[in-house]
Amino acid sequence: MRAISFVRQFVEAALAIAIAPLFTGWIAQCRAWLQNRSAPPLLQPYRMLRKLFLKDVALATGASALFRATPYVLFGTMVLAAAIIPSIVTDLPLARVADSIALVGLFATARVFLSLAAMDIGTAFGTLGARREMMIGFLAEPALLMVLFNAFLLYGSTSLPSLVDGYRAHLSVIDPSVIFAALAFVMVALAENARIPIDNPSTHLELTMIHEAMLLEYSARHLALVEWASSLKLFNYACIGFALFLPWGIATHGADGAGALLIAIAALIGKLTIAGAALALIESLSAKLRIFRAPEYLAMAFLLAVLGLLVHLLVGA
Amino acid sequence: MANTLAVHDLRFMLFLVAAWMMLGFAGFLRPHSTRFVARLLFPTGSLLCLGIALLAGLFLASGQAAQVVVLPLGLPDLPFHIRLDVLSGFFLLLLGVAGTGISTFAAGYFRSGEGTAPALLGLGYHLFLASMAMVILADDAYLFMVAWETMALSSYFLVTSRHRIPEIRRAGFLYLIMAHVGAVCILLSFGVLQGGSWQFTFDAMRAAHFTPFWATTAFLLALLGFGAKAGLVPMHVWLPEAHPAAPSPVSAMMSGLMLKTAIYGMLRISFDLLSVRFWQWGALLLALGLFSALFGAIFAAVQTDMKRLLAYSSIENVGLIFTAIGLSILFETSNMHLFAALALTAALVHSLNHALFKSLLFLTTGSVLHATKQRSLGKLGGLIRRMPWVASLALIGTLSIAGLPPLNGFVSEWLLLQSFLFTPQLPHAFLNMLIPLGAAALALTFALAAYVMVKFYGVIFLGQPREASLVNAHDANWLERLGLIWLAVGCVTIGAFPQLALLAVAPVTGKLIGQTVRLSSTVWWIAPIAREQASYSGLILLAGILSVVAITFICVRLLAHGRIRRTDAWDCGYPWQTSRMQDTAEGFGQPIRHMFGTFFRMDRNLPSPSDTAPRYRVYIEDRLWRAIYLPIARGVQKLADWIGILQGGRLSIYLLYSFLTLLALLVFVL
Repeated sequence: MRAISFVRQFVEAALAIAIAPLFTGWIAQCRAWLQNRSAPPLLQPYRMLRKLFLKDVALATGASALFRATPYVLFGTMVLAAAIIPSIVTDLPLARVADSIALVGLFATARVFLSLAAMDIGTAFGTLGARREMMIGFLAEPALLMVLFNAFLLYGSTSLPSLVDGYRAHLSVIDPSVIFAALAFVMVALAENARIPIDNPSTHLELTMIHEAMLLEYSARHLALVEWASSLKLFNYACIGFALFLPWGIATHGADGAGALLIAIAALIGKLTIAGAALALIESLSAKLRIFRAPEYLAMAFLLAVLGLLVHLLVGA
Repeated sequence: MANTLAVHDLRFMLFLVAAWMMLGFAGFLRPHSTRFVARLLFPTGSLLCLGIALLAGLFLASGQAAQVVVLPLGLPDLPFHIRLDVLSGFFLLLLGVAGTGISTFAAGYFRSGEGTAPALLGLGYHLFLASMAMVILADDAYLFMVAWETMALSSYFLVTSRHRIPEIRRAGFLYLIMAHVGAVCILLSFGVLQGGSWQFTFDAMRAAHFTPFWATTAFLLALLGFGAKAGLVPMHVWLPEAHPAAPSPVSAMMSGLMLKTAIYGMLRISFDLLSVRFWQWGALLLALGLFSALFGAIFAAVQTDMKRLLAYSSIENVGLIFTAIGLSILFETSNMHLFAALALTAALVHSLNHALFKSLLFLTTGSVLHATKQRSLGKLGGLIRRMPWVASLALIGTLSIAGLPPLNGFVSEWLLLQSFLFTPQLPHAFLNMLIPLGAAALALTFALAAYVMVKFYGVIFLGQPREASLVNAHDANWLERLGLIWLAVGCVTIGAFPQLALLAVAPVTGKLIGQTVRLSSTVWWIAPIAREQASYSGLILLAGILSVVAITFICVRLLAHGRIRRTDAWDCGYPWQTSRMQDTAEGFGQPIRHMFGTFFRMDRNLPSPSDTAPRYRVYIEDRLWRAIYLPIARGVQKLADWIGILQGGRLSIYLLYSFLTLLALLVFVL
């Protein structure tokens, strides 16, 4: 029994590592279709990673150990987060290691490391990117916390497996606050993952980039790990969203058989497909905001989450 | 057997405190020898700190009853009452643990030419330590005030140890004024607390009964007094002046330890001495604390002096602690004892954490200051390559204070957020909807703290050196490293084993609230309320990240290759970049100035486009300074001028005053 749950844990983490680049590739493909371009193949991110791993690292002369260690730390935190988030099963040995608040903290650790690494070389763009990234971070965190607060009010837990179980137990009642919270969560997830209204993942225009500005000095295997970690982060955010708002198909406590696991994997892939297409649609329909508008955007997300909270407290209670 | 041991505990502690004082005076055997004072007395003091920590830890672990000693010192009929209970035990543990690191560092830090003679520094330093311990051990108002004033004065002389610099004298003066205004408030609070019995022992105060009015008066006076010492907004103005002025180990002591004595005093009065509490007090503390936290974080983000930045960050952390205490009072008065215990646990654990990481960071600024002679962030940079020891230990402090898992800052942050989750259950309409928004303010503060610390670490240690002289910077000496390592190990240990901190806090919440959070039996995780509700494991997170990093590293090396080519940084096709073109500390503060402009009074000189020697100057001031302090200062001045009219300078006028006074008294008597 214990052994099998460790196996499931391993399967889940390995699956996350394996399909996270695929998810990014899928989004890129959808975006290309929506923008009337011919799409890159679905497996393009893997080819990219392979190419990067084979190249020689071009390391700036002043780079310190922190700069070289950061890609590994990023990858480590993201893999660990993927192992903790119940994307296919809730009965995981690691699930109790961090509740959703601690997961937000884990993402913050990754963000701080990346920002510090970006400042390490001492070029203007790295620091600029670091500053902007940290700014988006402190604007997004209150909104994200309010979303989690709302979930706590509904199901009395901040631990994601308990939330999934709780949601499954109350399937028939959908609280109106969930809709507000879900909207706020999507807005925060877009901002945190350097997607379009805040940042453009495919830009290399110096003045507008945030995430890419921090990666300018990275090359080869370091860049590969950072890119992989970024796609894992997007995957993780998607899975947190599924656990909070669309927990259908996730194998809960008790439903342990191989069949349930297969259904869970199929459900996850289905949800990712739809979410990726939706993300591409949002990115194609909206324009990137000026950086000074980012506070307004995230304040909007925050207000939505608070509105959800108030709706719950006034109506639900 | 246990009982005889128990009394020895406190006796032994008093012996150690006395030994501190002796150490202070021992410096006068060779008053000008830095070697004697720094290399012999300070390490001995550090061992005494360790002894205090061990005794306090043993006391907490053994679960003994409070121990009392009456010393026949002081005034006749007013002996010193001394008492060691769990609350003082916890704060002594904090004092001892952080003090060990600071004293070890100080042994390597103080060199000749710090301004004051080494023996005087040693005297001030050890008296400061001893008086803090006595504040915590005092069991009557008289001894408490004597120790409190000794603490204020000894730290004043330490702050002004480089008294030849006018700014430092000014900072010291401001500190002295605020310390005394605070002390007067505390004295008045004790005056109310004795409740007409004229017994100034804490036992008498516990037994006294108060009407809500007098209880609230005592509470508010205590809040003013201890708030002024802790740096709660708006009584915070001395803190960003005095902390940077002091030598770094003293800054570390003031920020890491002395602020905690104010927290201790606040807890002692509001939870122990006052038998009644009202939810309004909690709401007030919560509001003040949240505002201080946000205020401190925002101001820290725009500072350009590394020690001022840390001082503002102390205001932020004290705000967080007061927020947690306020929340605890709110829960406690609503009979939700478990959640009250959770909030109080958050406050105490955060006090301990702050003592560790803030001391660590202040000490690293001391090393940086010695190595570079620079305090301004605009003139530092790239020190990770010159000072790898200090840089890597400072990184631990930075990540801790930024509240990042798996280090200790996150533990208290997590506990505080967890306790906020239960605020909608408070039985006060409106408050139960308003306070959850406080959690958002809290999240903003935590994230801003991370922003501030990225700025702090990035500008000092990363990037290119902004001044040519930084190339000669040297790393800390071995004693300094030892002190830093001690504190950093403390940060990592509490991060990985938050159970230790919870265990140390449990007796305190048990006594003050009558309830403790759930201490899980496994070493793996903590789940303060219930396993299903929330759990956290610092150890598994740390081990997990490290093992994934190790596996990834090995896999990358095995499957790919390790080839590296050193090149120049990408210069955007403009090869004439200098290190002065990096983002500055001002630049890093720009988004904050932009977004939170209402908090500041800003003076900015922008160069015109045609300037050949452009200079950019920005000056940021606290609005509260003009709104509160300058009017008060002007009022005092005006009052003094009025009273000055009496002083004519002629003898006949003074004789007339005496005559008139006599006359008035005669009329009064007859």
